[in-house]
Amino acid sequence: MRATESLPRKGLRHVMADLFRPGGARILARTPDPSPIHGRSRIGAGTGGILPLRVEGLCYRAGAVEVLREVGFTLEKGGPSLIIGPNGAGKSVLLRLLHRLLRPSAGQILWGTPEAARRQAMLFQRPVLLRRSVLANAAYPLRLAGLGRAEAMARARAELAQVGLDGLADRPARRLSGGEQQRLALARAAALQPEVLFLDEPCASLDPAATRAVEEIVQALAARGTKIVMTTHDLGQARRLAAEVLFLHRGRLLEQTPAARFFAGPESAEARAFLRGELLW
Amino acid sequence: MTASDTNCQSGRVQDLASAFATALGLVATADPAVMRILLLSLRVSLTALALAALVGLPLGALLAVARFPGRQAVLVALNALMGLPPVVAGLLIYLLLSRAGPLGPLGLLFTPTAMVIAQAVLIAPILAALSRQVLEGLWEEYAEQLRSFGAGPWRAVPTLLWDGRFALMTVLLAGFGRAAAEVGAVMIVGGNIEGFTRVMTTAIALETSKGDLPLALALGLLLMAIVLAVNALAQGLREAAAERAG
Ligand SMILES: Nc1ncnc2c1ncn2[C@@H]1O[C@H](COP(=O)(O)OP(=O)(O)OP(=O)(O)O)[C@@H](O)[C@H]1O
Ligand SMILES: [Mg+2]
Repeated sequence: MRATESLPRKGLRHVMADLFRPGGARILARTPDPSPIHGRSRIGAGTGGILPLRVEGLCYRAGAVEVLREVGFTLEKGGPSLIIGPNGAGKSVLLRLLHRLLRPSAGQILWGTPEAARRQAMLFQRPVLLRRSVLANAAYPLRLAGLGRAEAMARARAELAQVGLDGLADRPARRLSGGEQQRLALARAAALQPEVLFLDEPCASLDPAATRAVEEIVQALAARGTKIVMTTHDLGQARRLAAEVLFLHRGRLLEQTPAARFFAGPESAEARAFLRGELLW
Repeated sequence: MTASDTNCQSGRVQDLASAFATALGLVATADPAVMRILLLSLRVSLTALALAALVGLPLGALLAVARFPGRQAVLVALNALMGLPPVVAGLLIYLLLSRAGPLGPLGLLFTPTAMVIAQAVLIAPILAALSRQVLEGLWEEYAEQLRSFGAGPWRAVPTLLWDGRFALMTVLLAGFGRAAAEVGAVMIVGGNIEGFTRVMTTAIALETSKGDLPLALALGLLLMAIVLAVNALAQGLREAAAERAG
C-alpha cells in the first residue's frame, strides 16, 4: 500500500497503524473498549462467518426483461472480488440480489449463516444521503444497530476522518460535492463493520486523488478481513484491487477467474474484447 | 341601474373603508373583548393543530411506507375526509359530547376543549393525507438505503418525519389555516358564548347576522392578518432551519 498526498494524514496514519496491527480483523478499532456492535455480533468475530456465499442458478426477470440468467458462483473469504462487465450487464442488479434488496425469480443465494443480513453493507451506485449533517449521516446506521448516541457519534467521527471528511462533519450532507457524497456513503457503510461490503462503483464520480484514497481504504478494509464485492468500470482499478474477477455480460456470468490470470488473458472471447475496449454492451 | 343599486354599492365601499378604520382602531386600542376572542381563536386552533399533528403525521408517514391489502381504500377514504364539512365534524362531536352522548358525563360541550376536539378531528385527516403524499416521495428515495441498514417500515417512520420536517411545515400550515378559518364546527360544539367560547369566526358570523358589517369585516381582516403572521413566522423559521440543514 502506498501513501498518497490525497489521503489526509491522520486518516492515513490510522489506516497504516490498523493495517499492521496483528490480528486486526476489526475495522475502526480506534477506541480500546470493545463496542456493543461486537457484542451483538454485528461483526463475525467468534461466530461462524457468513462466507462462503454460494449462488446457484440465479435468475432475475423484470417484466419481460431477463436481467440475469442462470448465474452461479461461490465467493470465498479472501481478497476483493471484482464484478466487471459493460453497461447494463446486470452488475448492480446482482449486488442488490446478493444484498437481499431484490428477490430472485429463480435460483438460490446461500450464506454461511442465517443471520447474514445484518453482517453486510452496501454502497449504492447513486448514494442516498439523509437530509441531515454529514456526521448524522455517518452515525445513523450505527444508531440503528443499537449503539448509544455518544458512541455512535464518536465512531462516526473516526470513520469520517478515514475518508478525509472530518472537517465537514457539521455541513448538510446534501450540499457536499458528488465525490464527497460518495466518500461519506463509503464511510457510513464501513462504519457498520460488515463482514461483506458490497461496493457498486464507489469511485464513479471521484477525481484521481480521491479515487486512490478510496482504493486505499478498500484495501485496508480487505486487509482486515472484510470481504469486498465491488463493481467498477475502471480496468486499472480492477487490476489494482482484484483478487478475482467475475465477468458479467448480458446477464450471464461468463467467467470467474483469479485476477492475475484474467488480466493476462481471459478465457472468454467477450472478456478479451472488453479488455481491449471493443465490447459494446 | 337604479338609484338604490348605486347607493347600495357606494354603501359597500364605505363599509370596506370603515372596516379598515375599525380594524385599525381595534388593534390600536387593543380592545380587550376583541383581544380575548383573538387569543382564544389562536389557542383553540393551535392546540387542535398540535393534537391533530400528533396523530396525523405519524399516520401519514406510516401510510407512506406500509403496503397492506386495502391500503388504496384507506387512502381514498382519507382523501375524502379532507373534504369533511366542518358542520358535519361539529355535529359528530356534538353527538359524542351532548349530555345523552357517550362522552356526555365529561361535561365538555360548549367549552373551548370541545372546540379543540372538533377542530382536531377536522384537520387530522388533512394532515395525514398531505403528509402521506409528501413523505411517499421521500420514502421512494430512501427505501432501499434504509432497508440496507436493516430499518423496517416502523423504524422508517421517525426517520421520514424528521427528514421531511421542512415539507411537513407546509402541511402543518395548511392544517392551521383550515382550523382557524372554519366556523361550522366551533359554532356547534362551542355555542359562541361571549367571553367563553366566542372565537373570531363565530364573532364574524354573529356581527354579520346582526348587520354590523364594518365590525364583521374588521374582525375578518384581523383574522387574516393573524393567519398571515403565523405563516410568515413559520416560513421564516423554515428558511432559517433549512439553510442550516440543507
Ligand atoms: N426493474 C427493472 N425493470 C426493467 N429493467 C431493469 C430493471 N432493473 C434492471 N433492469 C435492466 O437490467 C439491466 C442490468 O441493469 P444493471 O443496473 O444491473 O446494470 P449494470 O451492469 O449495473 O450497468 P452499469 O454499468 O451501467 O451500472 C439493464 O439493462 C437494466 O435496464
Ligand atoms: Mg450499475
